[in-house]
Amino acid sequence: MSRLDINKTYKLFIAGAFPRSESGRVYEIKGANKKFIANPAMASRKDLRDSVVAAKAAQSGWANATAFNRGQILYRIAEIMQGRSEQFVDEICALEGVSNKAAKIQVAEAIDTWVWYSGWCDKLSSVTGSLNQVSGPFYNFTTPEPLGVVAIFAESKPSLLGVVRTLAPVLAGGNTAVLIASESYPLPAITLSEALATSDIPGGVVNILTGKTAELAPWVASHMEIDGVDVAGLSKKQEEELKLVGADNLKRVFRFAPTNNPERILSFMEQKTVWHPIGL
Amino acid sequence: MIIDGSESSLKKFLSELPPVDQVGAEARASMLATRSIKTTSKAWAIDMAISMVDLTTLEGADSAGKVKALCAKAVRPDPTDLTVPSVGAICVYNDMVKIARTELNSIGGSEVAVAAVATAFPSGRASLNVKKLDTQDAIDAGANEIDMVIDRGAFLSGHLGEVFDQIKIIKELCGNKAHLKVILETGELVTYDNVRKASYLAMLAGADFIKTSTGKVAPAATAPVVLVMLEAVRDYFTLTGTRIGVKPAGGIRTTKDAIKQLVLVNETAGPEWLKPSLFRIGASALLNDLLMQRMKLRTGHYASANYVTMD
Repeated sequence: MSRLDINKTYKLFIAGAFPRSESGRVYEIKGANKKFIANPAMASRKDLRDSVVAAKAAQSGWANATAFNRGQILYRIAEIMQGRSEQFVDEICALEGVSNKAAKIQVAEAIDTWVWYSGWCDKLSSVTGSLNQVSGPFYNFTTPEPLGVVAIFAESKPSLLGVVRTLAPVLAGGNTAVLIASESYPLPAITLSEALATSDIPGGVVNILTGKTAELAPWVASHMEIDGVDVAGLSKKQEEELKLVGADNLKRVFRFAPTNNPERILSFMEQKTVWHPIGL
Repeated sequence: MIIDGSESSLKKFLSELPPVDQVGAEARASMLATRSIKTTSKAWAIDMAISMVDLTTLEGADSAGKVKALCAKAVRPDPTDLTVPSVGAICVYNDMVKIARTELNSIGGSEVAVAAVATAFPSGRASLNVKKLDTQDAIDAGANEIDMVIDRGAFLSGHLGEVFDQIKIIKELCGNKAHLKVILETGELVTYDNVRKASYLAMLAGADFIKTSTGKVAPAATAPVVLVMLEAVRDYFTLTGTRIGVKPAGGIRTTKDAIKQLVLVNETAGPEWLKPSLFRIGASALLNDLLMQRMKLRTGHYASANYVTMD
């Protein structure tokens, strides 16, 4: 007798928990072979609001953790992903329709990305900060500080790597993130949230929403608590609209080249300069 | 008069009160909490809640500067929007009353009341003389409202007459100069029956308001407790024709919480209680959330905590 498939209805990842969408909605995703894969939740603007509240609440704790500790936690995510790599490979194959070999390469690259950014955490301020010369009895130094809450529109392909290479640099700098997964390829982001839940990352530091990008984008744009946006998964037109509305609270809006670069971390940070009297 | 003033008649009256249906009260409170209040009703509720806030600071670290900053916020909660109403009152410790009253008067906030916590707040563990002096001192400094705590130890040991007399004495001191709010500290009263008894005891002794908690003990103003107290003031009105106010305090931090309280008031005591003279909310962090929700309604986009004051 053949066994029935257990089709999953996924939930969101907010404040370290897995709630259903407040709206109760789900939508269907199909694989490259047009066959049904799963029902992810379709997040509403209220789920976005809840995620931002969670991200804001978690932000100071994450930013005030030592950079070394943040690096260790990012490395731990790589460890957990390594253990679940087969699941990631299967999902990428089913969604993107790529070969097993190509999917394996993507997963390995995603894991290496976590390791790469975890290394940056405690080197960032030494490499990009400075001790400035001033004509007075002061120490004057400049160090990078995180912006706050960053929203990420993950690109759809490569479906896993696209998520990791946008998320890791945001976290490395001490920001907290609200990641809106790709509408058509959300599975790797959801599975990543399951990996995150078992890593040491504090609840609320990463929040992952699935749903319709076009529905959520205007609310991200106008949300006054969101300080930066990575628009990798938005169209040029959507990006322009987001910049227009986001100007209200001076959102930093970026689209990066698809490579790993410390510039990705620094874009969501501000350089803070401190004057300190000599001799105290 | 319902009672003749003797302890035995008080005890008889309180022992004949019907017991609270615990399961029923909790179910009703949680059912009312699911009401959805939207758009124009929400805007009305937010403004009403702001005008009912007793903006509170009761910390050992309170300073004159902090109290003055709070006064400014009480009069004009959102300086960028003059349509936001002032809050109901400032709630401070005894020694801050004069500072608060003077500051409020000088910045055009003479209609904002100053409430002082007196009678050895929050424990209430002091001799009657000290409690009287504490109260008199606050009234002399210009307090419009006195928030007194009951002696929970005496209440729980069954010395109801003692608790009654203390409230009565403090009420006499208040006279017509100050309103008296009686804090029951429901978190220490253990059962809903005790909450009902203490509510009636306070009302019979002359309280103008009954207040749930000091904010120093958890749990504080839970919905079923507020429900029981609202039922008590409603029934007391039927009995005597006098409307007594209710003030939940402690644990009300979000606009949603505040609106749930207003729904409870409307559905239990009735719409007559929906005004600052009969319902107050003791809170500090709540005001910022109310202001942020108000901004959301006005501008259409979600607000940020960076645009309201930190306190």
